Amino acid sequence: MSPVFYLVSAMTVAGALAAVLLKPLVHCALAVTVAFAGLAFLFLSLDAQFAGFAQILVYIGAVAILIVFAILLTKGSELPRDGVFSRSWLAGVVISAAVFAALGWAILRSAWTLPHEAAVPAVTVHDIGVALVDRYVLPLEIVALLLTAATIGAVIVAMHEKEGAK
Amino acid sequence: MIDKMDQIFVLLQHWLVAFLPLSLQPVASVLLAVVAIVCVFPALFALTTVFERKGLARIQNRIGPNRVGPFGIMQPIADGIKSLTKEDIVPSIANAPVHFLAPVVLVVAVFMGFAVLPMGRNMVLVDMDAGLLFYFAMGASTEVSVFMAGWSSRNKYSLLGAMRAVAQMISYEVVLLLSSVSVVMIAGSLSLTKIVAAQSGYTGIFPHWYIFTPWGLVGFIMYAIAATAETNRSPFDLPEGESELVAGYHTEYSGFKFALFFLGEYLAMFSISGLGTTLFLGGWSAPFSFLTFIPSWIWFFSKLMMSIFVFIWMRGTLPRLRQDQLMNFAWKFVLPLTLLNLMVTALWRFMGEGWARWGVCSAILIAAYILMGRVGMYKEHFGPRRYRYAE
Amino acid sequence: MTPLASYLLVAALVFAIGLAGALVRRNAILVLIGIELMLNAANLNFIAFWRYGPHPEALTGMMFAIFSIAVAAAEAAVGLGLVIAIYRHAQTTDLDKMNRMKG
Repeated sequence: MSPVFYLVSAMTVAGALAAVLLKPLVHCALAVTVAFAGLAFLFLSLDAQFAGFAQILVYIGAVAILIVFAILLTKGSELPRDGVFSRSWLAGVVISAAVFAALGWAILRSAWTLPHEAAVPAVTVHDIGVALVDRYVLPLEIVALLLTAATIGAVIVAMHEKEGAK
Repeated sequence: MIDKMDQIFVLLQHWLVAFLPLSLQPVASVLLAVVAIVCVFPALFALTTVFERKGLARIQNRIGPNRVGPFGIMQPIADGIKSLTKEDIVPSIANAPVHFLAPVVLVVAVFMGFAVLPMGRNMVLVDMDAGLLFYFAMGASTEVSVFMAGWSSRNKYSLLGAMRAVAQMISYEVVLLLSSVSVVMIAGSLSLTKIVAAQSGYTGIFPHWYIFTPWGLVGFIMYAIAATAETNRSPFDLPEGESELVAGYHTEYSGFKFALFFLGEYLAMFSISGLGTTLFLGGWSAPFSFLTFIPSWIWFFSKLMMSIFVFIWMRGTLPRLRQDQLMNFAWKFVLPLTLLNLMVTALWRFMGEGWARWGVCSAILIAAYILMGRVGMYKEHFGPRRYRYAE
Repeated sequence: MTPLASYLLVAALVFAIGLAGALVRRNAILVLIGIELMLNAANLNFIAFWRYGPHPEALTGMMFAIFSIAVAAAEAAVGLGLVIAIYRHAQTTDLDKMNRMKG
């Protein structure tokens, strides 16, 4: 595998690790932004240009900003007094290590059956557009409905309640 | 001769690259183009700073810088030397790595946006299939850098300025994207070269630019409003207004880092104007069919400088919008009008050629503007001023 | 190791890190960050299989990833709205303290 892949994967994994291990919350938010950027580069190296740029636009441009706003609105910039790791942290680590072991064993065990080389798929944005309204029109409409419901729901949930009403 | 002048930079690039062995040629040609962009646009930035200061000064009935060089032309050199030699002060409680990285991330993200702009015939750095999406992805990355700058300074004013700037940028980003989607709908592609090619025909002497259609005009106006807000220019420059928030999110930056922020802001202005000319003003194509002998890159850069001139004009003329007025404007007026414009564009596309679609689309858009803009404001009574005090 | 296997391993690693983050940290926002990391890792899996799989022109993996990005953004918005609402009510985002059903 090319050195670029190793570098980008290292950046992604480092960002993800920093996001779950660092104490100040805003540093975690910035680290997860780095992880998102690394994942976008991985998508681009897999010749999925639309998904890579959509990942940057949506995750770095919107989700990371949302996380940062939430941290600042809930006064997350001060360090908590009782420590940042929950009381049952060991169980969490053991479970995720077990999950990684299972996934890794499955991957390595079947690694010899996986294809070694594959031609670059000749996929243009036009094909994606046609697929969206041809084969995947139902998921498209459902996602539109879901996004509308999520927008309205998020606004209502986070809205200031009027004093003395309801 | 005419197309030699038109393609002069491409021919120069080919000639320079031919000196190298065949294996190095692709890398070298890309590198040459990158170096050209990195030299031309900051030089244009230097020219624009003096242009702006003189322009603003004339609007405000004064002269502007006139000491350094004839008519103050060498002022950017003086400014550059000043910002390079100023002491770089970093507050002791500031978060040093994030504080250092914020202007770097901004400048990198803004420079990446230039990679997909077609600056002339065959003069685009990377002809991507999803070029427009790439441009907006890079624009979204600048918001992270603004937040990083404001938060890492550990200064209430910086943080407040950064939050306001980010809120403004994400609101107007939606408008920017939606107004571009109507162009994509008609051109049929996300690739900027194809969008320019779709606008390069002429009927008689008049060009097929999208701004000369009803939906294109409304789309362009919405795009221009959103572009002014995205780059934090007047009248949307509350996050960095000197009288409000010291200097907003770049309060704690001095010397070269401040110059980098300044550079980033102006380069963002150039690149968003460049995208606006590509989407609505026909990119590098000439305005009349008898003017096509003038090289394409001259047309692109003149349209770019005209947009910059309009930005400077707006800065000198319009008063600043307050944050809540700005957000109200975005979500309650500009966004609904842009969505309606999208539907009118679809109507335009499916009504077929002819005069009917001009009339119908213009009527819908004018009626919508009058309804939303004028009638919807009747309850804003512009009576005597009411005072509200903080409780 | 085939390229596909290396991408899948990276995805599994990011997934496990996200899972650990969601289970180990106290702050509700970090749980959401962990969830986003898990979703991203799954997206990487989809795209890797799309690229090296039998029928990339059917675009199934790419479509799934794109829809997953959209849904994840919506879910992040709602989740963070909920965190803000809970903070406004309980004045804390510490999940270890929210262990009672009583409001």
